[in-house]
Amino acid sequence: MPEPERQYRPLTPEEEARRRKRSVAIALALGAWVLLFFVLTIVKLGPQILSRPL
Amino acid sequence: MTSLTNTIGRDGPAPALSTAGGDVPDYFALLKPRVMVLVIFTALVGMVVSQGHVQPAIGAISLLAIAVGAGASGCLNMWWDADIDAVMTRTATRPIPAGRISSEEALGFGLFLSVASVLVLGLAANLLAAALLAFTIVFYAVVYSMWLKRATAQNIVIGGAAGALPPVIGQAVVSGSVGIESLVLFAIIFIWTPPHFWALALIKADEYARAGIPMMPNVAGPASTRRQIVGYSLLLAPLSLAPVAFGFGGLLYAVIGLVGGLGMVAFSIRVLRNREGEAERRAALGMFGFSILYLFALFSALLAEQSFGLFRPVLG
Repeated sequence: MPEPERQYRPLTPEEEARRRKRSVAIALALGAWVLLFFVLTIVKLGPQILSRPL
Repeated sequence: MTSLTNTIGRDGPAPALSTAGGDVPDYFALLKPRVMVLVIFTALVGMVVSQGHVQPAIGAISLLAIAVGAGASGCLNMWWDADIDAVMTRTATRPIPAGRISSEEALGFGLFLSVASVLVLGLAANLLAAALLAFTIVFYAVVYSMWLKRATAQNIVIGGAAGALPPVIGQAVVSGSVGIESLVLFAIIFIWTPPHFWALALIKADEYARAGIPMMPNVAGPASTRRQIVGYSLLLAPLSLAPVAFGFGGLLYAVIGLVGGLGMVAFSIRVLRNREGEAERRAALGMFGFSILYLFALFSALLAEQSFGLFRPVLG
């Protein structure tokens, strides 16, 4: 049986603003996540990070 | 470009707010931020009383991971308990029962943060700390929320283990093992939890009954609950001095532990004696408020002694 067709409605300006804020928060959280792993790598490996065979 | 969202599915119109998603503070509220603060604090104390050293950046990242893990378990708890949250005034305004965030979103958010926090703690600290954090999340979300909470009046007694584990995780971060220091702190929080929660449950008994949660006042009755509050307080008062006996609590801690322990016993006796009307309510709220202050003071004393050179040995 085919899926019933979904109906959509436009987001209200207030909902759009909320979604935009959420998107910015997700972007910032992802940036922080990347930074956290960078700091973790540097702290854990320290100077050893440069000491690898080329 | 016009943004579109699905509002009508097989089950008819869905609430517009839930399909549009919540606001950023709503997602933060899912993490129970006040509990997160307590978790950060107790885990930090677990770290400072431990023998060992951890780089500040690693310590900070570990604390963040522990806090996010605790928040994730709170989020999963809110996802599972949305039905009972909706019928209690204290919790009806939470994001899921209020319709600001859908259950599915909360579940996904909680699961993602659970996995991410354990992963980060494993990479930053060690596998033992990560395993303890994973155990804490599963214990709170599955054992407490999904099973004990609706099944037995001992729900918050056994479930209290989840709230007592952060100092143990903190010690695992620093030393890579679990020692007597964090186990003593675990025991203090574990024994502190029943009198703390039952004081609130005494004045919220009607709401818990309406939600179908078998809290102690609803199952064993208020009189038995009051006696048990006194019993746990009598146990807690000497137990809170155990850090002094084991040598990691000094003079400042001993004084605060002694005065605070006597305070807990006094407040519990007040709860036992005031059984009706406004006096009952005031006594229970007093006990609830003082118990928070007491635990905060105990852990603050340990933190101050270990971090600011205030430690003065009491024994030997």
